[in-house]
Amino acid sequence: MIAESAFYGALGLYNYWIVIFLMMTGFYLVIARNNLIKTIIGLNIFQTSVVLFYVTMGKVSGGKGAPIMPLDSVHGDDHGHGHGPATKSIESDHSMLSHPADHSSSIEAGHEVAGVENSIQLISFEDHGHAETTSHAAEALYSNPLPSVLMLTAIVVGVATTALALALTVRIREDYGTIEEDEILELDRTQ
Amino acid sequence: MIDFFSQLPILMIVLPLVSAPLCVLLGGRQLTYFISLVVAWCTFAISVACLIQVTQTEAIHYEIGNWKPPYGIEYVVDSLSGFVLMFVSGLGAIVLTWGKPLIDKEIPRSKHYLFYPTYLLCMTGLMGMCITGDLFNVFVFLEISSLSSYALISLGKTRRAPLAALQYLILGTIGATFLLIGIGMLYQMTGTLNMSGIGDRLADVRGERTLLVAFAFMTIGLFIKMAVFPLHTWLPNAYTYAPSVVTAFIAATATKVSVYAFIRLIFGIFTKEFALTAHPLDNALLVMSLVGIFIASTAAIFQDNIKRLLAYSSIGQIGYMLLGIGLVSVGGLTATIVHMFNHALIKGGLFMALGCFALQIGSVKLTDLRGAARTMPWTSLAFAIGGLGLIGVPLTAGFISKWLLLTNSFQAGRWQVAALVLVSSLLALVYVWRVVEALFFAEPSEAAANAKEAPISMLIPLYIVIGSTIVFGVWTDGSVGLAQNAAEFLFAGGGK
Repeated sequence: MIAESAFYGALGLYNYWIVIFLMMTGFYLVIARNNLIKTIIGLNIFQTSVVLFYVTMGKVSGGKGAPIMPLDSVHGDDHGHGHGPATKSIESDHSMLSHPADHSSSIEAGHEVAGVENSIQLISFEDHGHAETTSHAAEALYSNPLPSVLMLTAIVVGVATTALALALTVRIREDYGTIEEDEILELDRTQ
Repeated sequence: MIDFFSQLPILMIVLPLVSAPLCVLLGGRQLTYFISLVVAWCTFAISVACLIQVTQTEAIHYEIGNWKPPYGIEYVVDSLSGFVLMFVSGLGAIVLTWGKPLIDKEIPRSKHYLFYPTYLLCMTGLMGMCITGDLFNVFVFLEISSLSSYALISLGKTRRAPLAALQYLILGTIGATFLLIGIGMLYQMTGTLNMSGIGDRLADVRGERTLLVAFAFMTIGLFIKMAVFPLHTWLPNAYTYAPSVVTAFIAATATKVSVYAFIRLIFGIFTKEFALTAHPLDNALLVMSLVGIFIASTAAIFQDNIKRLLAYSSIGQIGYMLLGIGLVSVGGLTATIVHMFNHALIKGGLFMALGCFALQIGSVKLTDLRGAARTMPWTSLAFAIGGLGLIGVPLTAGFISKWLLLTNSFQAGRWQVAALVLVSSLLALVYVWRVVEALFFAEPSEAAANAKEAPISMLIPLYIVIGSTIVFGVWTDGSVGLAQNAAEFLFAGGGK
């Protein structure tokens, strides 16, 4: 039994194993390859593994739909009667975004929202009567949008890095006539 | 009507960021130079205004778009970031003022309208890393400054410049990605990206190992960017083959901003107890920086290219900054912050003097610069004064930082460190003396004998920087006072 649980414990995190595998593959390519293009591809794989890492950790099991900010709430406190029971405290939804591995990651969803001073009331799907969402709460998988948004930025950075690296490689090829790093260093040494 | 002064922190970043694409769109060599110059000096003025405001009242917290943290991104100007912002923007502006003739000479004319925007972007990135209070934003600004500095370095004249830039790109990207992994883990543990928010929540977080791994990733990432000894390999080539203007700017600012980010990481996010005391990072830092100081300074002695000599010396000087952190005391941290400032001035000044030689003699090789003091006395004198600062001779800024480092090593009971710092100054004496002897006492080389003194438009900014190394060596209230404030603020947990 112990061996079995350890097996599932390790395999249950298989996404992270893929991340590490990709990361090490990229890293090895960067270190071991002499060809500049291969180095750049390795660098790209290395960066991509981080994208997978962020997306994986953004998964939220047992969550509910995203909180919706009703438009009229921006005007202040005129949403009292219309929604009545809908404006229940977000505190009770503390488990809304809880993470399987670590509960502290859900602290943000719980405590901080209550402290927002923007007078925006957050209302979950349940409060609007979407009861079917909650009934599947235990199995449902949601994505925390923030890591995905961060990765959009990181992907853009990665594209810029690759483009710049390829442009530099073109110039190196024009000047040296080769993109093998040891040949380039040899050319530099003989001069 | 929005209060103009309350918008200063964001203007400091937005101004150069927006004017960079504007320059590309407008085109024109003189126009882009003029715009960049005005923007750089405006940025400097804003950062000085913010620093004055911070020292008189309290830290400025600017919420972008009026979104409160942890939802929005916040910019924080406190006594430390204000200080670093001030000298980064100041040196950026003055190097641009000084470098006009060099830019005309070293960079193809058709590329000028692209060079200035890239320079502004690099400045934006470096300042953004200092001002932001959001951890992911640090990564974004780090990449903005890095990508633009790769492009700037590749503009060098020789064919080795693109290669040096690519080597820097590969290592720099690995460093930045390491930082990104660490940020991800911290977000996973705390659920926020706001630095002070993370600092507050880490106290309740269980999972020591994830935190340790995150800290290790981020430390190594930043070590690559600041070129700490075993991870320094990108730096000598990048500094040597970059255009002189770029070298002067990057050498003066880029590595210090990474040191700043490291200080923030230790004192603002992880506590000093976690980072330095609970794990033996303080001893590791001391050993690493001392080994780095000795090996890099020894390597500097044997260089014939003075740019490369100063580059190795920069690697050694980073060691002194880490030494101060490794001492784990208010005094040690003060020494680190002061040395960041002083070294930015000294190395900036030295590379500026070297740029003047490069303009008039067309080389920065030791053999070509022999006897240059006869034809270029003012530039040579500036180099000599800067060199004295590098050694740490009294009445120069370098002496102040070394003195603080020495006294605080004794106070921490680490007299071995103090002794080694003193011995390492002798190495600096050797490599500075080699250059000074060649400049002043050797028979002039052919190139040096026919050279003319650098134009006055370059000498004035050069002497402003070199002069300030003496000013801050005598009048220490400005630099040490500010640094001490910042260090006490950080030790009191104020950065959290």
